[in-house]
Amino acid sequence: MQKLIWPVSALALALVLAVAAFMANPADAQDAKGGAAGGDSALKEIERYRAALADGNPAELWEARGEDLWKQKRGPNKVSFESCDIGMGPGVVKGAYTVLPKYFEDSGKVEDLESRLVTCMVMLQGFSYAQATKGPFGGPDNKSDIEALVAYVTAASRGMKMNVALSHPAEKEAYEIGKKIFFHRGGPHDFGCVTCHGVDKQRIRLQELPNLLKPADARQAYTSWPAYRVSQGELRSFQWRLNDCFRQQRFPELEFASEASIALTTYLAKNASGGVLSAPSIKR
Amino acid sequence: MTNFRTVALLSACALVMTAHAADKTGDEKAVEVMKASFKERGQAKLDRLDSDETMSLCNKYAGGKLPVDVAKKIQAGNLQSIKLPADGKLLGDWKAGEKIAQSGVGKQFSDNPANPNGGNCYACHQLAPQELSYGNIGPSLYNYGKLRGNSAAIQQYTFGKIYNAEAYAACSNMPRFGHNGILTEQQIKDVTALLLDPESPVNK
Repeated sequence: MQKLIWPVSALALALVLAVAAFMANPADAQDAKGGAAGGDSALKEIERYRAALADGNPAELWEARGEDLWKQKRGPNKVSFESCDIGMGPGVVKGAYTVLPKYFEDSGKVEDLESRLVTCMVMLQGFSYAQATKGPFGGPDNKSDIEALVAYVTAASRGMKMNVALSHPAEKEAYEIGKKIFFHRGGPHDFGCVTCHGVDKQRIRLQELPNLLKPADARQAYTSWPAYRVSQGELRSFQWRLNDCFRQQRFPELEFASEASIALTTYLAKNASGGVLSAPSIKR
Repeated sequence: MTNFRTVALLSACALVMTAHAADKTGDEKAVEVMKASFKERGQAKLDRLDSDETMSLCNKYAGGKLPVDVAKKIQAGNLQSIKLPADGKLLGDWKAGEKIAQSGVGKQFSDNPANPNGGNCYACHQLAPQELSYGNIGPSLYNYGKLRGNSAAIQQYTFGKIYNAEAYAACSNMPRFGHNGILTEQQIKDVTALLLDPESPVNK
């Protein structure tokens, strides 16, 4: 991460924040009001804004912190993640994210990246499960170690293709459950993932929604997470993305690293097969 | 050899698990997993994972084709649930309706239940032409009243559609605002006025 040049990054960040402030409440798509004309021209403006953001992504700060955390000897056992197998053997980071979620013999479970990091924190480093899953989503007053590690690990697969095998029966079962969760509508609004993500070219307000049943959209969407969220000033993991989707679906809270979260991730990751990872990306 | 046996045994276990899962309908199994994976927060309790008969049927046929007889059953059941206002007045204040249509607040675990809920109509529909930031999951409702008139039948249909959209289109994406207690009767009257009042910007 020596390539990080502070003044340039700081300048880019200032620019990004200025553009964000100019946009009316980019924090919530449901409240977002494009000042430009409706239809295509407004969408083009949003595209231009996104392109401007891509120059100088603060995700690098999370990647650097994640790399430090990865190499540190941590926990009661004083072991680094360098002996942790996150999918391609102990300590292998490059390409590992492309094969996740997958089944792991040692835990006997299908795991996504976040739950696998938790497993290594518990099994290798000696943390309790409660310690390992405490504060998985960062905020102004608490930095999330998991989000930093996620940034480091996913960045090492940037430019590589998603390649979830789905060869183990437990992986196939997770995929099928994830598919059912995707289509399951409920809560006071009768919303499910499919309400917003099952048809081409749909929008909430001016926010375009990927049709996750279509390979091209599924690839584009999945491979752009995790992402640095300008409106929150945080790097957000895929677990966070799902948690916030369910909040807007008016469901109870999806528990971090839960079976449902991993099953749904398995379904979405498999549908994104062949997509080239651009994460950690930058979003409004 | 030991390795092979372990693998074979694990595979057998996994197969049994898969077969067990197949005993239940896929949605039942998914709900079981979801119930173990969500926790209540704020106003969003775990009972939100339970489905009524309508959503059970919609989920059962999701991703496939809804049989005509099932669709008819869903619509008939939901039609009965619609409670028209006792005072017989279906049109409220379109200005209040516009505010409800703009607001996406309500029912999320992060929302304060003491505040009034919104209808968030613009999230999915075009309504007043002054609002350029509208979604397209539902059809455009611009000129809704101008095109349909303001008869008693149209008022009843419009109020009913907002109250319970499943009464007119089985497994519609539209929330059942009255039936599921998202909007109050007065709020539905106000949104009905937004759509039908000749003075509403929707009909200008």
